[in-house]
Amino acid sequence: MAPRVGVVLFPGTNCEHDATLAVGQLGGRADLVWHHETSVAGFDALILPGGFAHGDYLRPGAIARFSPVMGAVAEFAAAGGPVVGICNGFQVLTEAGLLPGALQKNRGLRFLCTTVPVRVERDDTALTTGVPVGTELGLPINHFEGNYTCDARTLALLRDEGRVVLRYADNPNGSLDDIAGVCNEGRNVVGLMPHPERASDRLLGSDDGAVLLTALLRSAGATPAAA
Amino acid sequence: MAAMRQFDVRVEVLLRAGIADPQGATIERALPALGFAGVTGVRSGKSFRFRVDAADGSVARARATEVADRLLANPVIEESVVTVEPASTP
Repeated sequence: MAPRVGVVLFPGTNCEHDATLAVGQLGGRADLVWHHETSVAGFDALILPGGFAHGDYLRPGAIARFSPVMGAVAEFAAAGGPVVGICNGFQVLTEAGLLPGALQKNRGLRFLCTTVPVRVERDDTALTTGVPVGTELGLPINHFEGNYTCDARTLALLRDEGRVVLRYADNPNGSLDDIAGVCNEGRNVVGLMPHPERASDRLLGSDDGAVLLTALLRSAGATPAAA
Repeated sequence: MAAMRQFDVRVEVLLRAGIADPQGATIERALPALGFAGVTGVRSGKSFRFRVDAADGSVARARATEVADRLLANPVIEESVVTVEPASTP
């Protein structure tokens, strides 16, 4: 049976249909989950897509983390379910404390909308399982607050535990240690600033992102809920 | 029960020392072009004002600090300074 992916929708989210379409094309089944929902039962994986949840007021993700659905997302993550935050979704996951660090304004204070080379650093996370380390992907970025930062102790921990999932080959935004994506201790929660769903079909100019979303569907298929 | 009083709260949120402040740096770089020489150490931040009902100043401060820590500032990159004083107007 096709893995079921919940795509969480906050007011101001704007990449939910891109994510839904990409999941469907790659053999999964995606359904939108409204932010007032308090359950994510029945899903094998969750995507928090990009956009401007709650208008990015205060800080990106600062208001969204208090949404009713986030309690269910945290429980799903704690039970080992695959959760991926893309762009604004990554910001929400850091604000919610499900991923370490924070995303601040880009070095140079420019909104970046371009395609950048990104290197896969781990092959053992929900988003990269089975993807060879060192694979270089051309992925779209589209953000103002994508400059990853954390304290020195956290950075040391991320390196020691191999939790830097993706790195920029040519750092576009000032991110600490060229970090484009990180994961939690359990490796089932991954956040990344690039948009794999926008590069999931040759018609979009690239299908480099499909390898990541396909890996997510593999992870989803391996969770108990899919059995 | 103690009568509730009102307190004016000011919360200033600044990036922690050591966290890059691209806005502050950009403003600092722009100042010489406007004729402001010798201005250094520019840091950008946010300021919030609100009013809290509480029995006394220490309760008001505790509640305001919780608001600052849980919502107004992200402790990973920001620090906040909370100022509480009795409301100037009822």
